[in-house]
Amino acid sequence: MSKQYETVIGLEVHVELATKTKIFCACSTEFGGTPNSHTCPVCTGMPGSLPVLNKKVVEYAMAVGMAMNCKINQYCKFDRKNYFYPDNPQNYQISQLYLPICYDGGIEIETKDGGTKTIGIHEIHMEEDAGKLVHDDWEDVSLVDFNRSGVPLIEIVSEPDMRSAEEVIAYLDKLRMIVQYLGASDCKMQEGSMRADVNLSVREVGAKEFGTRTEMKNIGSFKAIARAIENETARQIDLIESGEKVVQETRRWNDDQGYSYAMRSKEDAQDYRYFPEPDLVPIVISDEWMESIKASQPELRPEKMARYQSEFALPQYDAEILTSAKRLADVFEATTEICGKPKKVSNWLMGETMRLLKDKNMDPEDIRFSPKNLAKLIELTEAGTINGTVAKEVFELIFAEDIDPEAYVKEKGLTTVSDEGELRSTIEQIIKDNPQSVEDYHNGKEKAIGFLVGQTMKATKGKANPGLVNQILKELL
Amino acid sequence: MANVISDETIEYVGILAKLELSPEEKEAAKKDMASMLDYIDKLNELDTTGVEPMSHVFPVNNVFREDVVANPDGSEDTLANAPERRDSAFVVPKTVDS
Repeated sequence: MSKQYETVIGLEVHVELATKTKIFCACSTEFGGTPNSHTCPVCTGMPGSLPVLNKKVVEYAMAVGMAMNCKINQYCKFDRKNYFYPDNPQNYQISQLYLPICYDGGIEIETKDGGTKTIGIHEIHMEEDAGKLVHDDWEDVSLVDFNRSGVPLIEIVSEPDMRSAEEVIAYLDKLRMIVQYLGASDCKMQEGSMRADVNLSVREVGAKEFGTRTEMKNIGSFKAIARAIENETARQIDLIESGEKVVQETRRWNDDQGYSYAMRSKEDAQDYRYFPEPDLVPIVISDEWMESIKASQPELRPEKMARYQSEFALPQYDAEILTSAKRLADVFEATTEICGKPKKVSNWLMGETMRLLKDKNMDPEDIRFSPKNLAKLIELTEAGTINGTVAKEVFELIFAEDIDPEAYVKEKGLTTVSDEGELRSTIEQIIKDNPQSVEDYHNGKEKAIGFLVGQTMKATKGKANPGLVNQILKELL
Repeated sequence: MANVISDETIEYVGILAKLELSPEEKEAAKKDMASMLDYIDKLNELDTTGVEPMSHVFPVNNVFREDVVANPDGSEDTLANAPERRDSAFVVPKTVDS
Protein backbone atom coordinates (compact mmCIF):
# COMPACT_ATOMS: atom_id res chain seq x y z
CA MET A 1 0.00 0.00 0.00
CA SER A 2 1.35 3.39 -0.88
CA LYS A 3 1.98 5.84 1.92
CA GLN A 4 -0.10 8.93 2.57
CA TYR A 5 1.74 12.23 2.53
CA GLU A 6 0.90 15.71 3.63
CA THR A 7 2.38 18.95 2.37
CA VAL A 8 3.62 21.51 4.88
CA ILE A 9 3.84 25.06 3.59
CA GLY A 10 4.99 28.34 5.05
CA LEU A 11 5.10 31.61 3.12
CA GLU A 12 7.27 34.68 3.11
CA VAL A 13 5.32 37.47 1.48
CA HIS A 14 7.03 40.71 0.50
CA VAL A 15 4.75 43.71 0.14
CA GLU A 16 5.92 47.08 -1.20
CA LEU A 17 4.44 49.80 0.97
CA ALA A 18 2.40 52.61 -0.58
CA THR A 19 4.60 55.42 0.71
CA LYS A 20 5.41 58.33 -1.58
CA THR A 21 9.10 58.12 -0.79
CA LYS A 22 11.66 55.42 -0.20
CA ILE A 23 12.37 53.98 3.22
CA PHE A 24 15.60 55.88 3.92
CA CYS A 25 15.64 58.81 1.48
CA ALA A 26 13.31 61.36 -0.13
CA CYS A 27 13.35 59.72 -3.59
CA SER A 28 10.00 58.90 -5.19
CA THR A 29 8.74 55.32 -5.13
CA GLU A 30 6.64 55.74 -8.27
CA PHE A 31 6.60 52.65 -10.48
CA GLY A 32 7.90 52.81 -14.03
CA GLY A 33 10.00 55.99 -14.11
CA THR A 34 13.01 56.36 -16.43
CA PRO A 35 15.70 54.00 -15.11
CA ASN A 36 17.71 55.50 -12.27
CA SER A 37 15.71 58.75 -12.22
CA HIS A 38 14.53 58.06 -8.64
CA THR A 39 17.96 57.68 -7.14
CA CYS A 40 20.25 59.60 -4.81
CA PRO A 41 23.48 58.90 -2.88
CA VAL A 42 21.53 57.11 -0.11
CA CYS A 43 19.67 54.54 -2.21
CA THR A 44 22.71 53.89 -4.39
CA GLY A 45 24.97 53.27 -1.41
CA MET A 46 27.42 56.13 -1.93
CA PRO A 47 30.10 56.30 0.76
CA GLY A 48 29.27 58.85 3.44
CA SER A 49 25.54 59.00 2.77
CA LEU A 50 23.27 58.37 5.73
CA PRO A 51 19.79 56.81 5.83
CA VAL A 52 16.92 58.50 7.69
CA LEU A 53 13.86 56.36 8.38
CA ASN A 54 10.51 57.26 6.78
CA LYS A 55 8.01 57.45 9.65
CA LYS A 56 5.15 56.30 7.45
CA VAL A 57 6.87 52.93 6.93
CA VAL A 58 6.76 52.24 10.67
CA GLU A 59 3.10 53.26 10.78
CA TYR A 60 2.07 51.03 7.87
CA ALA A 61 3.99 48.09 9.33
CA MET A 62 2.29 48.60 12.69
CA ALA A 63 -1.16 48.88 11.08
CA VAL A 64 -0.67 45.66 9.11
CA GLY A 65 0.63 43.90 12.21
CA MET A 66 -2.33 44.98 14.29
CA ALA A 67 -4.80 43.92 11.61
CA MET A 68 -3.07 40.52 11.60
CA ASN A 69 -3.36 40.21 15.39
CA CYS A 70 0.38 40.56 15.98
CA LYS A 71 2.19 41.81 19.04
CA ILE A 72 4.27 44.93 18.48
CA ASN A 73 7.90 45.14 19.52
CA GLN A 74 7.84 48.53 21.20
CA TYR A 75 11.60 48.58 21.06
CA CYS A 76 12.80 47.56 17.63
CA LYS A 77 15.78 48.21 15.44
CA PHE A 78 17.35 47.52 12.07
CA ASP A 79 20.11 45.10 11.20
CA ARG A 80 22.49 44.91 8.29
CA LYS A 81 22.39 41.85 6.04
CA ASN A 82 25.55 41.52 3.99
CA TYR A 83 25.66 40.12 0.49
CA PHE A 84 27.01 41.05 -2.91
CA TYR A 85 24.80 41.26 -5.93
CA PRO A 86 24.55 43.79 -8.78
CA ASP A 87 21.01 44.81 -7.73
CA ASN A 88 22.31 45.82 -4.32
CA PRO A 89 24.63 48.84 -4.58
CA GLN A 90 25.38 49.06 -0.84
CA ASN A 91 26.54 45.43 -0.69
CA TYR A 92 24.12 45.05 2.21
CA GLN A 93 20.39 45.25 2.77
CA ILE A 94 18.99 47.08 5.78
CA SER A 95 16.47 44.69 7.32
CA GLN A 96 15.33 43.49 10.73
CA LEU A 97 16.57 40.21 12.19
CA TYR A 98 16.72 40.38 15.98
CA LEU A 99 13.81 42.66 16.89
CA PRO A 100 11.25 42.75 14.05
CA ILE A 101 8.44 45.28 14.45
CA CYS A 102 5.59 42.70 14.68
CA TYR A 103 5.50 39.09 15.85
CA ASP A 104 3.21 36.30 16.94
CA GLY A 105 -0.01 36.98 15.05
CA GLY A 106 -2.39 35.08 12.85
CA ILE A 107 -5.14 35.45 10.28
CA GLU A 108 -8.17 33.32 9.78
CA ILE A 109 -8.92 31.68 6.47
CA GLU A 110 -11.93 29.77 5.27
CA THR A 111 -11.25 26.14 4.41
CA LYS A 112 -12.72 24.01 1.64
CA ASP A 113 -15.13 22.24 4.00
CA GLY A 114 -16.63 25.58 5.04
CA GLY A 115 -14.77 25.77 8.35
CA THR A 116 -12.08 28.22 9.40
CA LYS A 117 -8.44 27.82 10.25
CA THR A 118 -5.91 30.21 11.71
CA ILE A 119 -2.61 30.63 9.90
CA GLY A 120 0.03 31.86 12.30
CA ILE A 121 2.13 34.91 11.50
CA HIS A 122 5.63 34.36 12.83
CA GLU A 123 6.77 37.93 12.30
CA ILE A 124 6.58 41.01 10.11
CA HIS A 125 9.72 43.00 9.51
CA MET A 126 10.62 46.17 7.63
CA GLU A 127 13.35 46.26 5.00
CA GLU A 128 14.44 47.91 1.78
CA ASP A 129 13.91 46.54 -1.71
CA ALA A 130 16.77 45.94 -4.15
CA GLY A 131 17.16 47.41 -7.63
CA LYS A 132 15.89 45.74 -10.77
CA LEU A 133 17.95 43.71 -13.22
CA VAL A 134 16.86 43.37 -16.81
CA HIS A 135 18.63 40.64 -18.69
CA ASP A 136 19.45 41.25 -22.30
CA ASP A 137 18.42 38.30 -24.44
CA TRP A 138 20.85 38.95 -27.27
CA GLU A 139 23.94 40.18 -25.56
CA ASP A 140 25.74 38.87 -22.51
CA VAL A 141 24.81 41.84 -20.34
CA SER A 142 22.28 42.85 -17.71
CA LEU A 143 20.89 46.34 -17.21
CA VAL A 144 20.57 47.72 -13.69
CA ASP A 145 17.89 50.18 -12.61
CA PHE A 146 18.05 51.40 -9.03
CA ASN A 147 14.63 53.10 -8.97
CA ARG A 148 13.35 50.25 -6.81
CA SER A 149 16.41 50.24 -4.58
CA GLY A 150 15.26 51.47 -1.17
CA VAL A 151 11.53 51.14 -1.79
CA PRO A 152 10.05 50.09 1.58
CA LEU A 153 8.97 46.50 2.03
CA ILE A 154 7.40 44.56 4.79
CA GLU A 155 8.06 40.85 4.84
CA ILE A 156 5.23 38.86 6.36
CA VAL A 157 6.51 35.48 7.51
CA SER A 158 3.89 32.84 8.24
CA GLU A 159 4.22 29.75 10.39
CA PRO A 160 4.34 26.46 8.44
CA ASP A 161 0.60 26.09 8.97
CA MET A 162 -0.71 25.54 5.44
CA ARG A 163 -1.34 22.06 4.07
CA SER A 164 -2.50 22.59 0.47
CA ALA A 165 -2.41 24.97 -2.48
CA GLU A 166 -6.02 25.97 -1.67
CA GLU A 167 -5.06 27.03 1.84
CA VAL A 168 -2.12 29.01 0.48
CA ILE A 169 -4.33 30.86 -1.98
CA ALA A 170 -6.95 31.53 0.71
CA TYR A 171 -4.22 32.90 2.97
CA LEU A 172 -2.74 35.11 0.23
CA ASP A 173 -6.20 36.39 -0.67
CA LYS A 174 -6.94 37.31 2.92
CA LEU A 175 -3.54 38.86 3.44
CA ARG A 176 -3.84 40.93 0.29
CA MET A 177 -7.30 42.13 1.22
CA ILE A 178 -6.18 43.26 4.67
CA VAL A 179 -3.18 45.13 3.30
CA GLN A 180 -5.24 46.76 0.53
CA TYR A 181 -7.98 47.84 2.92
CA LEU A 182 -5.37 49.44 5.15
CA GLY A 183 -4.08 51.31 2.10
CA ALA A 184 -0.63 49.97 2.98
CA SER A 185 -0.02 48.61 -0.52
CA ASP A 186 -1.80 48.00 -3.80
CA CYS A 187 -0.42 44.42 -3.74
CA LYS A 188 -0.08 44.08 -7.50
CA MET A 189 1.72 40.85 -8.24
CA GLN A 190 2.27 41.73 -11.90
CA GLU A 191 4.12 44.94 -10.92
CA GLY A 192 6.00 43.13 -8.21
CA SER A 193 4.47 45.05 -5.30
CA MET A 194 3.52 41.72 -3.75
CA ARG A 195 5.83 38.71 -4.06
CA ALA A 196 5.72 35.36 -2.37
CA ASP A 197 8.38 32.81 -1.48
CA VAL A 198 7.03 29.33 -0.82
CA ASN A 199 8.72 27.05 1.73
CA LEU A 200 7.52 23.52 1.24
CA SER A 201 8.19 20.07 2.63
CA VAL A 202 6.29 16.80 2.68
CA ARG A 203 6.00 14.19 5.39
CA GLU A 204 4.05 11.06 6.01
CA VAL A 205 0.65 11.72 7.52
CA GLY A 206 0.98 11.45 11.27
CA ALA A 207 4.73 12.15 11.33
CA LYS A 208 5.83 14.55 14.06
CA GLU A 209 8.92 15.95 12.40
CA PHE A 210 8.89 18.17 9.34
CA GLY A 211 10.60 16.89 6.21
CA THR A 212 13.46 18.75 4.51
CA ARG A 213 12.11 21.87 2.88
CA THR A 214 12.86 23.69 -0.32
CA GLU A 215 12.20 27.34 -1.06
CA MET A 216 10.72 28.67 -4.27
CA LYS A 217 11.27 32.37 -4.74
CA ASN A 218 9.30 35.23 -6.26
CA ILE A 219 6.51 33.39 -8.01
CA GLY A 220 4.52 35.79 -10.14
CA SER A 221 0.81 35.03 -9.65
CA PHE A 222 -1.65 33.14 -7.48
CA LYS A 223 -2.23 30.60 -10.23
CA ALA A 224 1.49 30.04 -10.70
CA ILE A 225 1.88 29.57 -6.95
CA ALA A 226 -0.81 26.88 -6.95
CA ARG A 227 0.87 25.09 -9.86
CA ALA A 228 4.33 25.36 -8.28
CA ILE A 229 3.00 23.85 -5.04
CA GLU A 230 1.37 20.89 -6.82
CA ASN A 231 4.53 20.26 -8.81
CA GLU A 232 6.97 20.57 -5.91
CA THR A 233 4.83 18.31 -3.71
CA ALA A 234 4.87 15.61 -6.40
CA ARG A 235 8.61 16.03 -6.95
CA GLN A 236 9.44 15.61 -3.27
CA ILE A 237 7.14 12.58 -2.86
CA ASP A 238 8.79 10.99 -5.90
CA LEU A 239 12.23 11.51 -4.37
CA ILE A 240 11.18 9.97 -1.06
CA GLU A 241 9.38 7.05 -2.70
CA SER A 242 12.45 6.21 -4.77
CA GLY A 243 14.62 6.27 -1.67
CA GLU A 244 16.36 9.54 -2.44
CA LYS A 245 16.70 12.57 -0.22
CA VAL A 246 15.15 16.03 -0.59
CA VAL A 247 17.96 18.56 -0.64
CA GLN A 248 17.45 21.84 1.18
CA GLU A 249 17.84 24.38 -1.60
CA THR A 250 16.33 27.34 -3.36
CA ARG A 251 14.49 26.45 -6.54
CA ARG A 252 13.12 28.58 -9.31
CA TRP A 253 9.68 27.82 -10.73
CA ASN A 254 9.34 28.10 -14.49
CA ASP A 255 5.62 28.57 -14.91
CA ASP A 256 5.59 28.47 -18.72
CA GLN A 257 7.29 25.08 -18.80
CA GLY A 258 5.72 23.78 -15.60
CA TYR A 259 8.84 22.63 -13.74
CA SER A 260 11.29 23.92 -11.16
CA TYR A 261 15.06 23.76 -11.05
CA ALA A 262 17.67 24.28 -8.37
CA MET A 263 19.23 27.70 -8.52
CA ARG A 264 22.99 27.88 -8.58
CA SER A 265 23.80 28.54 -4.95
CA LYS A 266 25.66 31.77 -4.51
CA GLU A 267 29.02 30.94 -3.00
CA ASP A 268 28.29 30.44 0.71
CA ALA A 269 25.70 33.16 0.38
CA GLN A 270 23.60 31.97 3.32
CA ASP A 271 26.17 33.51 5.63
CA TYR A 272 24.77 37.03 5.76
CA ARG A 273 26.84 38.14 8.77
CA TYR A 274 24.02 40.26 10.20
CA PHE A 275 24.94 42.96 12.67
CA PRO A 276 23.04 45.89 14.22
CA GLU A 277 22.71 48.69 11.67
CA PRO A 278 25.01 51.42 12.96
CA ASP A 279 23.57 54.20 10.76
CA LEU A 280 20.07 54.04 12.25
CA VAL A 281 18.97 54.59 15.82
CA PRO A 282 16.42 52.29 17.54
CA ILE A 283 12.68 52.84 17.28
CA VAL A 284 10.71 53.18 20.48
CA ILE A 285 6.96 52.81 20.00
CA SER A 286 4.93 54.40 22.75
CA ASP A 287 1.51 53.16 23.87
CA GLU A 288 0.07 56.46 22.61
CA TRP A 289 1.53 55.96 19.15
CA MET A 290 0.08 52.45 19.00
CA GLU A 291 -3.29 53.74 20.15
CA SER A 292 -3.35 56.44 17.48
CA ILE A 293 -2.56 53.91 14.76
CA LYS A 294 -5.29 51.64 16.04
CA ALA A 295 -7.77 54.54 16.21
CA SER A 296 -7.04 55.71 12.67
CA GLN A 297 -7.36 52.25 11.19
CA PRO A 298 -9.78 52.42 8.25
CA GLU A 299 -12.97 50.39 8.02
CA LEU A 300 -12.05 46.79 7.22
CA ARG A 301 -14.11 44.40 5.14
CA PRO A 302 -16.54 42.96 7.73
CA GLU A 303 -17.63 46.44 8.87
CA LYS A 304 -17.92 47.68 5.31
CA MET A 305 -20.06 44.69 4.33
CA ALA A 306 -22.46 45.33 7.21
CA ARG A 307 -22.64 49.04 6.47
CA TYR A 308 -23.43 48.52 2.77
CA GLN A 309 -26.43 46.44 3.78
CA SER A 310 -27.71 48.85 6.42
CA GLU A 311 -26.80 52.23 4.90
CA PHE A 312 -27.45 51.47 1.22
CA ALA A 313 -30.00 48.65 1.61
CA LEU A 314 -27.92 46.41 -0.64
CA PRO A 315 -28.43 42.63 -0.65
CA GLN A 316 -25.74 40.67 1.18
CA TYR A 317 -24.59 39.22 -2.14
CA ASP A 318 -23.87 42.71 -3.53
CA ALA A 319 -22.09 43.74 -0.35
CA GLU A 320 -19.88 40.67 -0.52
CA ILE A 321 -18.80 41.25 -4.10
CA LEU A 322 -18.32 45.00 -3.76
CA THR A 323 -16.09 44.56 -0.71
CA SER A 324 -14.08 41.71 -2.20
CA ALA A 325 -11.52 44.24 -3.39
CA LYS A 326 -10.75 47.58 -1.83
CA ARG A 327 -10.66 49.34 -5.19
CA LEU A 328 -14.14 48.10 -6.07
CA ALA A 329 -15.49 49.33 -2.75
CA ASP A 330 -13.82 52.71 -3.25
CA VAL A 331 -15.33 53.14 -6.73
CA PHE A 332 -18.72 52.08 -5.40
CA GLU A 333 -18.66 54.61 -2.59
CA ALA A 334 -17.39 57.47 -4.71
CA THR A 335 -19.94 56.85 -7.48
CA THR A 336 -22.83 56.47 -5.07
CA GLU A 337 -21.79 59.69 -3.39
CA ILE A 338 -22.24 61.51 -6.72
CA CYS A 339 -25.41 59.93 -8.12
CA GLY A 340 -27.13 58.69 -4.97
CA LYS A 341 -28.24 55.40 -6.57
CA PRO A 342 -26.38 52.65 -4.72
CA LYS A 343 -28.17 49.68 -6.28
CA LYS A 344 -27.65 51.00 -9.83
CA VAL A 345 -23.96 51.55 -9.11
CA SER A 346 -23.72 48.09 -7.60
CA ASN A 347 -25.29 46.56 -10.71
CA TRP A 348 -22.80 48.24 -13.03
CA LEU A 349 -19.88 47.13 -10.90
CA MET A 350 -21.03 43.56 -10.31
CA GLY A 351 -22.22 43.07 -13.87
CA GLU A 352 -20.40 44.88 -16.65
CA THR A 353 -17.30 45.87 -14.68
CA MET A 354 -16.64 42.36 -13.39
CA ARG A 355 -17.33 40.92 -16.84
CA LEU A 356 -14.85 43.28 -18.53
CA LEU A 357 -12.22 42.68 -15.84
CA LYS A 358 -12.52 38.96 -16.40
CA ASP A 359 -12.46 39.27 -20.20
CA LYS A 360 -9.36 41.41 -20.11
CA ASN A 361 -7.71 39.34 -17.38
CA MET A 362 -7.48 42.37 -15.12
CA ASP A 363 -7.65 42.94 -11.38
CA PRO A 364 -10.13 45.28 -9.67
CA GLU A 365 -7.01 47.25 -8.69
CA ASP A 366 -6.59 48.03 -12.38
CA ILE A 367 -9.90 49.90 -12.64
CA ARG A 368 -9.05 53.28 -14.14
CA PHE A 369 -12.40 54.91 -14.94
CA SER A 370 -13.55 57.79 -12.78
CA PRO A 371 -16.62 57.48 -10.55
CA LYS A 372 -17.82 60.76 -12.08
CA ASN A 373 -18.23 59.21 -15.51
CA LEU A 374 -20.00 56.11 -14.23
CA ALA A 375 -22.35 58.36 -12.25
CA LYS A 376 -23.10 60.38 -15.39
CA LEU A 377 -23.84 57.22 -17.33
CA ILE A 378 -26.28 56.08 -14.66
CA GLU A 379 -28.01 59.45 -14.73
CA LEU A 380 -28.27 59.38 -18.54
CA THR A 381 -29.83 55.92 -18.40
CA GLU A 382 -32.18 56.79 -15.57
CA ALA A 383 -33.39 59.91 -17.34
CA GLY A 384 -34.13 57.81 -20.44
CA THR A 385 -31.68 59.83 -22.50
CA ILE A 386 -30.05 56.60 -23.64
CA ASN A 387 -31.35 53.06 -23.54
CA GLY A 388 -29.75 49.97 -21.99
CA THR A 389 -28.05 48.74 -25.14
CA VAL A 390 -26.39 52.05 -25.83
CA ALA A 391 -25.44 52.38 -22.16
CA LYS A 392 -23.51 49.11 -22.27
CA GLU A 393 -21.63 50.22 -25.36
CA VAL A 394 -20.77 53.54 -23.79
CA PHE A 395 -19.69 51.82 -20.59
CA GLU A 396 -17.10 49.77 -22.44
CA LEU A 397 -15.52 53.05 -23.55
CA ILE A 398 -15.71 54.50 -20.05
CA PHE A 399 -14.04 51.34 -18.76
CA ALA A 400 -11.31 51.44 -21.38
CA GLU A 401 -10.68 55.16 -21.82
CA ASP A 402 -12.67 56.90 -19.11
CA ILE A 403 -14.60 58.95 -21.66
CA ASP A 404 -17.22 61.52 -20.62
CA PRO A 405 -20.48 59.74 -21.53
CA GLU A 406 -22.49 62.97 -21.80
CA ALA A 407 -20.22 64.48 -24.42
CA TYR A 408 -19.84 61.15 -26.23
CA VAL A 409 -23.59 60.48 -26.48
CA LYS A 410 -24.19 63.98 -27.76
CA GLU A 411 -21.37 63.84 -30.27
CA LYS A 412 -22.37 60.45 -31.69
CA GLY A 413 -26.09 61.19 -31.65
CA LEU A 414 -26.94 58.20 -29.48
CA THR A 415 -29.74 59.87 -27.60
CA THR A 416 -32.82 57.74 -27.44
CA VAL A 417 -35.39 58.55 -30.09
CA SER A 418 -38.33 59.63 -28.05
CA ASP A 419 -39.86 61.79 -30.73
CA GLU A 420 -43.23 60.08 -31.09
CA GLY A 421 -44.01 61.37 -34.54
CA GLU A 422 -40.72 60.20 -36.02
CA LEU A 423 -40.98 56.84 -34.30
CA ARG A 424 -44.59 56.38 -35.37
CA SER A 425 -43.79 56.77 -39.04
CA THR A 426 -40.85 54.34 -38.75
CA ILE A 427 -43.09 51.77 -37.09
CA GLU A 428 -45.86 52.23 -39.66
CA GLN A 429 -43.35 51.39 -42.36
CA ILE A 430 -42.15 48.31 -40.49
CA ILE A 431 -45.72 47.03 -40.06
CA LYS A 432 -46.27 47.49 -43.77
CA ASP A 433 -43.04 45.58 -44.58
CA ASN A 434 -43.78 42.63 -42.28
CA PRO A 435 -47.34 41.45 -42.93
CA GLN A 436 -46.54 37.88 -41.78
CA SER A 437 -45.51 39.00 -38.29
CA VAL A 438 -48.58 41.20 -38.03
CA GLU A 439 -50.77 38.26 -38.93
CA ASP A 440 -48.98 35.99 -36.43
CA TYR A 441 -49.57 38.58 -33.77
CA HIS A 442 -53.27 38.77 -34.53
CA ASN A 443 -53.41 34.96 -34.42
CA GLY A 444 -52.29 35.14 -30.81
CA LYS A 445 -48.54 34.75 -31.23
CA GLU A 446 -47.43 37.32 -28.64
CA LYS A 447 -43.82 36.67 -29.58
CA ALA A 448 -44.24 38.20 -33.00
CA ILE A 449 -44.28 41.63 -31.45
CA GLY A 450 -40.74 41.00 -30.26
CA PHE A 451 -39.62 40.66 -33.85
CA LEU A 452 -41.26 43.95 -34.77
CA VAL A 453 -39.60 45.69 -31.79
CA GLY A 454 -36.30 44.27 -32.99
CA GLN A 455 -36.87 45.62 -36.49
CA THR A 456 -37.66 49.05 -35.08
CA MET A 457 -34.51 49.06 -32.99
CA LYS A 458 -32.52 48.08 -36.04
CA ALA A 459 -34.07 50.85 -38.10
CA THR A 460 -33.26 53.42 -35.41
CA LYS A 461 -29.77 51.97 -34.84
CA GLY A 462 -30.70 50.93 -31.32
CA LYS A 463 -31.60 54.39 -30.21
CA ALA A 464 -35.37 54.05 -29.83
CA ASN A 465 -36.91 54.20 -26.40
CA PRO A 466 -38.11 50.58 -25.99
CA GLY A 467 -41.12 51.48 -23.82
CA LEU A 468 -42.39 53.90 -26.40
CA VAL A 469 -41.84 51.43 -29.25
CA ASN A 470 -43.96 48.84 -27.47
CA GLN A 471 -46.67 51.31 -26.75
CA ILE A 472 -46.91 52.60 -30.34
CA LEU A 473 -46.75 49.09 -31.80
CA LYS A 474 -49.63 47.83 -29.70
CA GLU A 475 -51.62 50.89 -30.59
CA LEU A 476 -51.07 50.52 -34.33
CA LEU A 477 -51.72 46.80 -34.36
CA MET B 1 47.94 35.02 21.00
CA ALA B 2 45.34 32.60 22.20
CA ASN B 3 43.28 32.55 19.03
CA VAL B 4 44.53 30.95 15.83
CA ILE B 5 42.84 31.61 12.49
CA SER B 6 43.03 28.63 10.16
CA ASP B 7 43.76 28.82 6.45
CA GLU B 8 40.22 27.60 5.76
CA THR B 9 38.71 30.41 7.80
CA ILE B 10 40.69 33.12 6.08
CA GLU B 11 39.81 31.61 2.71
CA TYR B 12 36.10 31.56 3.65
CA VAL B 13 36.08 35.11 4.98
CA GLY B 14 37.84 36.17 1.81
CA ILE B 15 35.11 34.60 -0.33
CA LEU B 16 32.36 36.28 1.71
CA ALA B 17 34.06 39.66 1.39
CA LYS B 18 34.85 39.08 -2.31
CA LEU B 19 38.54 39.65 -1.59
CA GLU B 20 41.45 37.96 -3.31
CA LEU B 21 44.39 37.91 -0.95
CA SER B 22 48.03 37.15 -1.71
CA PRO B 23 49.76 34.62 0.58
CA GLU B 24 51.46 37.49 2.45
CA GLU B 25 48.18 39.35 2.87
CA LYS B 26 46.55 36.17 4.16
CA GLU B 27 49.18 35.76 6.82
CA ALA B 28 48.85 39.39 7.88
CA ALA B 29 45.04 39.12 7.98
CA LYS B 30 45.23 35.94 10.04
CA LYS B 31 47.37 37.74 12.63
CA ASP B 32 45.05 40.79 12.71
CA MET B 33 41.93 38.69 13.10
CA ALA B 34 43.45 36.57 15.83
CA SER B 35 44.31 39.66 17.85
CA MET B 36 40.81 41.03 17.35
CA LEU B 37 39.35 37.81 18.69
CA ASP B 38 41.73 37.97 21.65
CA TYR B 39 40.37 41.42 22.41
CA ILE B 40 36.79 40.13 22.27
CA ASP B 41 37.80 37.32 24.63
CA LYS B 42 39.09 39.97 26.97
CA LEU B 43 35.72 41.79 26.83
CA ASN B 44 33.94 38.51 27.47
CA GLU B 45 35.66 38.27 30.83
CA LEU B 46 33.35 41.04 32.07
CA ASP B 47 30.23 39.97 33.92
CA THR B 48 27.33 41.46 31.94
CA THR B 49 24.51 39.72 33.78
CA GLY B 50 21.43 41.91 33.74
CA VAL B 51 22.83 44.35 31.16
CA GLU B 52 20.65 44.81 28.06
CA PRO B 53 22.55 44.42 24.78
CA MET B 54 23.34 47.84 23.38
CA SER B 55 21.68 48.62 20.03
CA HIS B 56 23.43 51.87 19.32
CA VAL B 57 26.22 53.94 20.74
CA PHE B 58 24.14 57.11 20.91
CA PRO B 59 21.35 57.42 23.48
CA VAL B 60 18.99 58.64 20.76
CA ASN B 61 15.76 57.05 19.50
CA ASN B 62 13.15 57.75 16.85
CA VAL B 63 14.85 59.84 14.23
CA PHE B 64 12.33 60.05 11.39
CA ARG B 65 11.65 61.71 8.05
CA GLU B 66 8.20 62.74 6.89
CA ASP B 67 7.01 60.99 3.73
CA VAL B 68 7.53 63.86 1.28
CA VAL B 69 9.34 63.59 -2.07
CA ALA B 70 12.20 66.07 -2.09
CA ASN B 71 14.81 64.55 -4.38
CA PRO B 72 15.02 65.64 -8.05
CA ASP B 73 15.86 63.30 -10.94
CA GLY B 74 19.16 61.83 -9.84
CA SER B 75 19.98 59.75 -12.88
CA GLU B 76 22.85 61.89 -14.21
CA ASP B 77 24.72 61.90 -10.89
CA THR B 78 24.04 58.23 -10.30
CA LEU B 79 25.10 57.20 -13.80
CA ALA B 80 28.24 59.34 -13.65
CA ASN B 81 29.82 56.31 -11.98
CA ALA B 82 28.71 53.83 -14.61
CA PRO B 83 31.59 52.32 -16.62
CA GLU B 84 28.99 51.69 -19.30
CA ARG B 85 25.38 52.78 -19.62
CA ARG B 86 22.46 52.09 -21.90
CA ASP B 87 18.97 53.57 -21.86
CA SER B 88 19.73 55.31 -18.59
CA ALA B 89 20.67 51.99 -16.95
CA PHE B 90 23.98 50.55 -15.76
CA VAL B 91 25.36 47.83 -18.02
CA VAL B 92 26.91 44.93 -16.10
CA PRO B 93 28.11 41.46 -17.10
CA LYS B 94 25.09 39.20 -17.40
CA THR B 95 23.96 37.90 -14.03
CA VAL B 96 22.57 34.41 -13.84
CA ASP B 97 19.02 34.43 -12.55
CA SER B 98 19.03 33.88 -8.84
